[in-house]
Amino acid sequence: MSGPSDYQPTNPVLKWIERRLPIFGLMHSSFVAYPTPRNLNYWWTFGAILSIMLGLQIVTGVILAMHYTPNADLAFKSVESIVRDVNYGWLLRNMHASGGSMFFFAVYVHMFRGLYYGSYKEPREVLWILGVIIYLLMMATGFMGYVLPWGQMSFWGATVITNLFSAIPYVGNSIVTLLWGGYSVGNPTLNRFFSLHYLLPFVIAGVVVLHVWALHVVGQNNPAGVEAKTEKDTVPFTPYATIKDGFGVSCFLLLYAWFIFYMPNYLGDSDNYIVANPGVTPPHIVPEWYYLPFYAILRSIPNKLAGVIAMFSAIIVLVFLPWLDTAKTRSSKYRPLAKQFFWIFVVVCVLLGYLGAQPPEGIYVIAARILTICYFVYFLILLPLLSRIEKPRPIPNSIADDVLAKYGSKSASIAIALALAGALFAGSAQNARAEEQETPPSQKWSFAGPFGKYDRGALQRGLKVYKEVCSNCHALSYIAFRNLADPGGPGYSTAQVAALASEYKIKDGPNDQGEMFDRPGRPADYFPSPFPNDQAARVANGGGLPPDLSLIAKARSYERGFPWFVIDLFSQFQEQGPNYVTALLEGYQKQPAGVTLAEGTYYNKYFPGHAIKMPQPLTNGQVTYDDGSPATLEQYAKDISTFLMWAAEPHMEARKQLGFVVFVCLILFAGLMYFTKKKVWADAH
Amino acid sequence: MTTASSADHPTRRDFLFVATGAFAAVGGVITLWPFISQMNPDASTIAAGAAIEVDLTPIAEGQDIKVFWRGKPIYISHRTKKQIEEARSVQVSSLPDPQADQARVKEGHDQWLVVIGICTHLGCIPIAHEGNYDGFFCPCHGSQYDSSGRIRQGPAPANLEVPPYQFVSDNKIQIG
Repeated sequence: MSGPSDYQPTNPVLKWIERRLPIFGLMHSSFVAYPTPRNLNYWWTFGAILSIMLGLQIVTGVILAMHYTPNADLAFKSVESIVRDVNYGWLLRNMHASGGSMFFFAVYVHMFRGLYYGSYKEPREVLWILGVIIYLLMMATGFMGYVLPWGQMSFWGATVITNLFSAIPYVGNSIVTLLWGGYSVGNPTLNRFFSLHYLLPFVIAGVVVLHVWALHVVGQNNPAGVEAKTEKDTVPFTPYATIKDGFGVSCFLLLYAWFIFYMPNYLGDSDNYIVANPGVTPPHIVPEWYYLPFYAILRSIPNKLAGVIAMFSAIIVLVFLPWLDTAKTRSSKYRPLAKQFFWIFVVVCVLLGYLGAQPPEGIYVIAARILTICYFVYFLILLPLLSRIEKPRPIPNSIADDVLAKYGSKSASIAIALALAGALFAGSAQNARAEEQETPPSQKWSFAGPFGKYDRGALQRGLKVYKEVCSNCHALSYIAFRNLADPGGPGYSTAQVAALASEYKIKDGPNDQGEMFDRPGRPADYFPSPFPNDQAARVANGGGLPPDLSLIAKARSYERGFPWFVIDLFSQFQEQGPNYVTALLEGYQKQPAGVTLAEGTYYNKYFPGHAIKMPQPLTNGQVTYDDGSPATLEQYAKDISTFLMWAAEPHMEARKQLGFVVFVCLILFAGLMYFTKKKVWADAH
Repeated sequence: MTTASSADHPTRRDFLFVATGAFAAVGGVITLWPFISQMNPDASTIAAGAAIEVDLTPIAEGQDIKVFWRGKPIYISHRTKKQIEEARSVQVSSLPDPQADQARVKEGHDQWLVVIGICTHLGCIPIAHEGNYDGFFCPCHGSQYDSSGRIRQGPAPANLEVPPYQFVSDNKIQIG
């Protein structure tokens, strides 16, 4: 890599190595002496942020792979046991899952920055194309990673995305079979996706090395878009850029930590807490938020092959960007027209993302079509045209001149606002549930908010309700008796748990005679299921399968709608699950006139479609409480919802407590970094 | 160019740099903990490692059984009079890892030898009723243990380990 390096190690050992492998000189010239334009703004710190994110994803991913089982029958359960049983497993899983979103968020900022400041223009074409390759690899990696938990969205996402290839004429179906390794998405698919998901990040890391190499050959672009000419235009990478990047990274980590500790499920889909079922497609298949704009383009075109081509073209067109935009002026700062159209393009992308999460019907399709046309017009018509007709403003003679001429930060603040909006269409994924459904009323929960804790009494009462009522039909198979004594749980002692466990008969064996036998439960055993298998459960319940309740509080959700999903991100609202469970238990009503119900179903105000197979399970006075709490349906519903929330998220208290500590530390650190950065840069100005 | 201020005159800037660096270093080290701690046995493994009970009634004199506790094979031998005698007649001080047989069994249950069946050399499983000492013979590297599970010959440095156990009744032990 380039950069004037007069690095001469003085230590004899380093000298000895340096003569044989000049690695210290390479590091020194690349990351210490490397001249970096002195006018870079904070948008340039996203390169460093992306490197950190790639590193973190690889580290957490390698760790998760130590505990994950890539088998269609075991994958879902192994992810649950990571979250529930592995030391800090919940933390590592949240880091990895939110990390994917953060990685994409950062890469989008990085790409839009390149677009705005013309960083793809001569001589940086190869640098840009390498970036597009990294982006494509990221998309493939992210997609395959999302398949691994083997929930409903994993499975159907895999089915839908692999089926894209069936659009290829003649050989499409053969290619899809090849991708699957079977006649449908199944165990072989999961295995190869796991293998590739492990491999591709290292390929990305390799291409990143090329990307950085290319960057160091041609030098960084900068907000002024003029090349560095004299030494006055640049500052050495270390300490100037390193400290600035460090500050940028520490701020980004704050955003990241918000999701890890407080909103871990905000960016995910509740359907992915239901184990993959090849027989039932979720009502709305929605990809992760970072694919939504392309998904909208795919769906806006009524022809299968054309839709697939349009979707891939939307990405591939980026490769040709350096030759589509031939304007000599790089930075949009000096291009009045290009600047306006850039922001319109950003809005188009955000809106496409929003539409990608909406059901493909009515006005949404028409809007998506118009925006798809806008997307391609920007690249294929507008940019080439602007290059010819636009009259740019004069550019500064040098970077030093640019630094001296103070420029307004108006565009930056607009950019921040829009980037935020971009991040938020994440939440629009939750909009997808456009069922004709009553919204459950929001309850007051003790576990809501950044300092939320479970109400021990409610957990214990909820357990009683589960044992006496729900457990007749519903399993709770991810919960072991020992969990009832875990910190942050119902707060039983180990002796109480052992006594409770011994009330249950657990099937064990075979014994020396080769026979299965019943024995009293032990704390290590899991709650036994009421039925030996799904078929038996269906027969006993009029054809309906009572779902396992271990994850129900996270597997059920409802649409919050705009602007609530944006507000929820800041207010940390994530109690849709318990709200829904409570509403469902209280929502049994006489069917309204004119509504006919199928045989064996009951009318429930809050159940999607209103016809539920479960008869009203709880009524006033059904369960006797020992602690004097009212024996009312309202109280039962609240208690069982609290209990089920704990069952779904047993480490929530630890998560929020650690989150607080991390936030205090990160804010302190970001403050220190800010002042350090100011001190260091004081010399440069 | 930048930070070269001498140690004699610590400045406010030096303090800031040191504080930031120290914060980053300490924070980084603490952050490592979850990444290391995750390698330890998880909660389900620990729970599955709880004590087990073994019924001794079916084991006739001179026989032994192998049970698993925490993934380790445990040999439970119902020793014959001869075996006990052999184990007790040897001079303890002459052994590579001196330990009396009485210290390796429970008082009043001298016929029961309970040992973890893992060779103390490199972890292979010794074969019962083999070797020259009426005890165990490890096929990997030829270590020989006597009828008390003590190392007598070969590369193993120590006696077969006795797991924590107790007699719940005359015919039942609890391991762990």
